[in-house]
Amino acid sequence: MLDTRTLPDEYGYYGPFGGRYVPETLVAALDELEASFQRHHRDPAFVDELENLLHFYAGRPTPTYHATRLSKELGGAQLYLKREDLAHTGAHKINNALGQGLLARVSGKRRVIAETGAGQHGVASATVCAMLGLDCVVYMGEEDVHRQALNVARMRTLGAEVISVTSGTRTLKDAINEALRDWVTNVESTFYLFGSATGPHPYPKIVREFQRVIGREARAQIQELSGGLPNTVIACVNGGSNAIGIFSAFIEDPGVALIGVEAGGRGGDQGEHAATVECGTLGILHGSRSLLLQDEGGQIIGTHSIAAGLDYPGVGPELAYLHHIGRASYATIDDAEAMRALSLLARTEGIIPALESAHAVAGAVRLASEASSDHVILVNLSGRGDKDMETIAAQLGERP
Amino acid sequence: MNRIDSTFKSAKAESRLVLAPYVTVGYPTRESAVELALAYVEAGADMLEIGMPFSDPIADGPTVQLASQIALEGGVWLEDAFHLIERIRAQTDIPLALMGYANPFMQFGLGALASATSAAGADGLIVPDVLPEHAHDIEAANAEHGLYLIRFAAPTTPPERLRQVGHGAQGFIYCVSVTGVTGSRAELSDSLPAYLARVGKATSIPRVVGFGISKPEHLRSLRGRAEGAIVASALIDIVQASPPGRGVEAAAAHVRSLAAAA
Repeated sequence: MLDTRTLPDEYGYYGPFGGRYVPETLVAALDELEASFQRHHRDPAFVDELENLLHFYAGRPTPTYHATRLSKELGGAQLYLKREDLAHTGAHKINNALGQGLLARVSGKRRVIAETGAGQHGVASATVCAMLGLDCVVYMGEEDVHRQALNVARMRTLGAEVISVTSGTRTLKDAINEALRDWVTNVESTFYLFGSATGPHPYPKIVREFQRVIGREARAQIQELSGGLPNTVIACVNGGSNAIGIFSAFIEDPGVALIGVEAGGRGGDQGEHAATVECGTLGILHGSRSLLLQDEGGQIIGTHSIAAGLDYPGVGPELAYLHHIGRASYATIDDAEAMRALSLLARTEGIIPALESAHAVAGAVRLASEASSDHVILVNLSGRGDKDMETIAAQLGERP
Repeated sequence: MNRIDSTFKSAKAESRLVLAPYVTVGYPTRESAVELALAYVEAGADMLEIGMPFSDPIADGPTVQLASQIALEGGVWLEDAFHLIERIRAQTDIPLALMGYANPFMQFGLGALASATSAAGADGLIVPDVLPEHAHDIEAANAEHGLYLIRFAAPTTPPERLRQVGHGAQGFIYCVSVTGVTGSRAELSDSLPAYLARVGKATSIPRVVGFGISKPEHLRSLRGRAEGAIVASALIDIVQASPPGRGVEAAAAHVRSLAAAA
């Protein structure tokens, strides 16, 4: 029996993936973070406070919803949606931001930094910092600042400083570079609230533990609704925090297929997609060893996805490991197919998903029509589409 | 004897600091990188750090990032680093250390890397994102070729860890002068002497201070507190600010003034 609860090992490895590849300056802070997490995450007072916040502040548990009209339209499997889009701030990112925000508070560090791609982790971090009375600085690539302008306005409204990153590809990858440089410089006063299930050990583990709540709730809810475990669990994957959050509750159920959906972007050419598991090779970026999109010389190459939150050339080490051992499989959905799934869900169910989550919906749509009517698919609807309305309107040929 | 060891030994005998200017592979161009390196040697450099550019250099500030970006846009590969080292080695016997981030090295293959780096004539490797506890593979590959892997200390490194870093360290300890990224700074930190003393207490390996070292007075203040200094961003800034064709001369003149203070 696969027991991934023992992972990562003491050095932060999931098989050949993970670890801690950082400048020496950060070692003491990462050790301190690991010690603080170990001390607090099972401490009853800490757990109580976090559970209270998740319930009264973030609105958990989020429901699992049987999308009957969509299922009927597809004429195959039954689709259930884990409604993370209904959580406060509009995505699953709040779960981890609350957990790490409490760790920041106990650390005594008053300044919090975060990176963001689509802006959802930035908004969640700004929200939690406002609520806990901490200063918040969010690094965001210049391209994402433009295409997720609404989230930038939200972060600024919440009192956070948003720094537009103009180096490199001007997306999430470069936002993480700048956040790491800030952390190296201000490590003694600053807590890095990392949003993805990537980065140096212990971040992939901490993010998984704080996102585990998605899977824990969904597992109980789907059993109640459908009378058993799902046949398939689908989530969009890039860094992978929503995917590892929901997968974590089903990893030890061999009968449950786990499918991660990556961004196919504009097609298969290098630089035009972000299908890291499908097209990537082993490498080291942002503190951990995992699959990466890179050239033969080991330089990281650019990516494209209509979804800013899937536009990153790496993948979390545990998700790479689940692929490596054959426990999870991965599919690729391009921009156009994600948009079609978004429209379909909007029109059949009255739910506009985030562009990231639309990739997971599209993966389920592809599978559902070929499956029998007793096949149960659980989709992690990781976020809502409000932030994407300008992109969506432009794609649909409508002007807002 | 590794050239790094003999250089520190003779610098100690002359009670001077080992001065190590930094040269980016392919910056400003492949050819002028060779000219820069040789001009630094001529101006009194005791050792050179040869930096292989990476697309995502998290330990580097804006200056080294810019030089890396220019070099990558020029299409540099790790092979260009070996060629640069060969051309320098043909002219001088001072120690050369190849610096680069883990990923390009890993893609090349650690065995092939150690073999090619050593064959080109370098004496050490500097990999800022590989910690000693993750370095067994690199150290094993290097050992076959007598190539050193340089370890780092930072102001945030606790004394117990400093001892671990020092235990088994080779050549010198790269002492990051500040909590921060590379980049020239007007003043050195007030806490630098105490930190360098901590490193000296934990290990007898020579201490080479890097990050922020830009002026002759910085070197003068390091004498007796460290055994060497690396200068990178200050020299790149001079090359960037010089009119076309004058960068090599201007940067070498600065190295000459630094060497006089070492």
